[in-house]
Amino acid sequence: MNWLKSILLPAQGTAYAAEHDTFFMFIVALTAFFFLLITALVVFFVWRYRRRGDSPAESQVTHNTRLEIVWSVIPLILVMIIFAWGFHDYMNAYTAPGDALEIQVTAKQWIWQFEYPDGMRTVNEIHVPIGRPVRLVMSSEDVIHSFFVPSFRIKKDVVPGMYTDLWFLPEAEGEHTLFCAEYCGRGHSDMLGKIYVDSEEKFREWQELGDERTRTMPLAELGALLYESRGCSTCHSLDGSRRDGPSFKGVFGHEVKLSDGTTVLADENYIRESILEPQAKIVSSFEGIMPTFQGLLREREVKALIEFVKEQQ
Amino acid sequence: MADVASTSHPMAAGEPAATNYLKAERGFKSWIFTLDHKRIGVMYLWSVLLMFLLGGIFAMLVRLELLTPGKTIMEADTYNRMFTLHGAVMIFLFIIPAIPASLGNFVLPLMLGAKDVAFPRLNLASYWIYVIGAVFGVVAMVTGGVDTGWTFYTPYSTTSSTSVTTMTFAAFVLGFSSIFTGVNFIATIHRLRAPGMTWFKTPLFVWGIYATAIIQVLATPILGITLVLLMMERVFSVGIFDPRLGGDPVLFQHFFWFYSHPAVYIMILPGMAIISEIIPTFSRKNIFGYRAIAYSSVAIAFISFLVWGHHMFVSGQSELASAVFSFLTFLVAIPSGVKVFNWLATMYKGSIDLKAPMLYAIMFLMLFAIGGLTGLFLGALATDIHLHDTYFVVAHFHFVMVGGTVIAFIGGLHYWWPKMFGRMYSEKWARIAAVLIFIGFNVTFLPQFVLGTRGMPRRYYNYLDQFQPLHAFSTVGSWILGLGLFIVLGYLLASLRKRYDAPPNPWGGTTLEWTTSSPPIAHNFEHVPVVTREPYDHSPAPAPAPAGD
Repeated sequence: MNWLKSILLPAQGTAYAAEHDTFFMFIVALTAFFFLLITALVVFFVWRYRRRGDSPAESQVTHNTRLEIVWSVIPLILVMIIFAWGFHDYMNAYTAPGDALEIQVTAKQWIWQFEYPDGMRTVNEIHVPIGRPVRLVMSSEDVIHSFFVPSFRIKKDVVPGMYTDLWFLPEAEGEHTLFCAEYCGRGHSDMLGKIYVDSEEKFREWQELGDERTRTMPLAELGALLYESRGCSTCHSLDGSRRDGPSFKGVFGHEVKLSDGTTVLADENYIRESILEPQAKIVSSFEGIMPTFQGLLREREVKALIEFVKEQQ
Repeated sequence: MADVASTSHPMAAGEPAATNYLKAERGFKSWIFTLDHKRIGVMYLWSVLLMFLLGGIFAMLVRLELLTPGKTIMEADTYNRMFTLHGAVMIFLFIIPAIPASLGNFVLPLMLGAKDVAFPRLNLASYWIYVIGAVFGVVAMVTGGVDTGWTFYTPYSTTSSTSVTTMTFAAFVLGFSSIFTGVNFIATIHRLRAPGMTWFKTPLFVWGIYATAIIQVLATPILGITLVLLMMERVFSVGIFDPRLGGDPVLFQHFFWFYSHPAVYIMILPGMAIISEIIPTFSRKNIFGYRAIAYSSVAIAFISFLVWGHHMFVSGQSELASAVFSFLTFLVAIPSGVKVFNWLATMYKGSIDLKAPMLYAIMFLMLFAIGGLTGLFLGALATDIHLHDTYFVVAHFHFVMVGGTVIAFIGGLHYWWPKMFGRMYSEKWARIAAVLIFIGFNVTFLPQFVLGTRGMPRRYYNYLDQFQPLHAFSTVGSWILGLGLFIVLGYLLASLRKRYDAPPNPWGGTTLEWTTSSPPIAHNFEHVPVVTREPYDHSPAPAPAPAGD
């Protein structure tokens, strides 16, 4: 069955995923058996009892109490097994151990924001140390979203006005994709994130210095990366086309018309302010819907984004 | 039997069709003000088929857009409107009224040996309310569309700038149409059965429609109230669902699914009811386990009210609630399974003729089996966490709703078409279309199960490259499926150009609708039929039809 499992399910990132998959494959086997039974009977009956000429039916039997009890009771027992097994695994999936690393998750159209216990904040990506349980305390600032990591087999809605929680114990180093699974509007299908599972040592390094790859990257290149990973691309195009926010094309070094009628020169200070304090100056004909990135970007990352915007001429 | 109509109407001698319900009166007004359940059924039929076409066009556009990641033919905003309108049109304007209001309206009184439904004026009102609801739906589509998904989840739906208020009002109005049909059928089944037709001599189609009507009458008002609350919140900012106004967004989901889960059975029970008619006729065999099938319809109707929370296992509702809902969900699986086994046992030692309606019944057995069995993955708590809101769910409900209900509806349409319009269609083209529909359906929806288990969320405009091959498969399948459905429309419409050529009982059916002419006369029967035998008595002895034969 392993070949089938590898076709049907993504790689396993946690022990819970393996537990889930055993249960999943049990239902696959059970349903495959019943489907093949039904199909085989249909095909056999259609062939064996096909109408020849104008023949009547061979029999008019309408009852068989023993048979009817068997085909009611056996399925009932089987579904009760599925119920109990499913409940057992569900409680494991949704009951976090007490010693977990707690990360606060805030969802908003259409980004994921994270805050670590030490105050560090990230957008659309988290790094977690391998072998240590992580508990996510989640809430939404606008509509309902849903936190879904297929390789961990976990999902929970992220609801405005209340906290929901979710946990996982990462056991495979590498990156895992986070999806928003509850429809939340235009950018729903781009509301993705990454969960990086690092060794304990790499995790500490990341906490202090940021991503290993990005630390030495040229600023403009880092900016291009952040443009995608921080969700800028959802609202700001690079080709001049209109989205929810102004396009980056040809902005830098030019006069920008603001909604209060004044104009401003788009220099480094203006771009920086627009990232960290987006409500300060709203470009004419746009709504001021951008969230602030104050505290969500390292100093070098702000510079990288400015360099990136500069390049879009 | 075929000349019953002509004997009482000498002026039409030699052409029995002259006095049939289609020709009994002439002119536009004779249709729009008709009280004849058969004409209302026919008007409903063309209306729901038109809506099926509209919803189908939306579906084809959605599939085409998903051929490639990112933009294929439309922007994200347009795509979100397309899948919302596909869902809303198919659910509220097509599939809920499809079988009860069109085929049910036509066949139910005939099966009972009645002249009409209990409240003919209410029946006509139901149709025109449906039309008004459809008009509001179309207004919502052309004045900005709706982008919330057919489920209207708050607080997205209370804050969306699209025409949500108009669309929810349309669904609210359509609810009354559904309630009227339900009330009417309950009264008709209780009061207008032919002499001798006891409850257990009533055809199983009637049992299925009866169970459906109970749900329509009891559940639809909840949807109506929910939609009114949603409209109040949008228009007057009454804080019921929006947390910023002190409301609870998850409450909406409870209200919504309290209707919409039973509504799933409003959709599937009539489909099952049709299968219970087709299989005995084309197997020339009494149905196996009549009472089990009849009781299972009623059992499904009642348990269906207690399982709504299985749509909300990951919504943050309490684990205890989830456990109870999961348990009850598995209970409702049993009566559905029992029905499948009963249909199989009916075919055992039968005399099986694979005419078009039976082809669809067999398709139903296989596709509904997949639809039902994949429901086990979603009813189970742990696997639902992974599969909820993925393409697995999309595939599952399309197997139940299309592979089940729509296939049964098309099967029923082929079964009763000669009765409704007095013409036989091309059997050859029917077979070609059935094969295309079967292949097209599976190519469209089987890949979606794998998309879902591999983690592709639903309602996604853009997607990761790894999902592209399966999406492309699915899109190609939708073209095959669409072609098959167009062929069906083609040969059915072509048959209407012929002269009346359908005998009263082309398939050897045993229920009362086959004892009157095709198409039936305006008042259905020359004499009130008297029932002495069981509905599916195929034993060779005395002639099955009680009256006039």
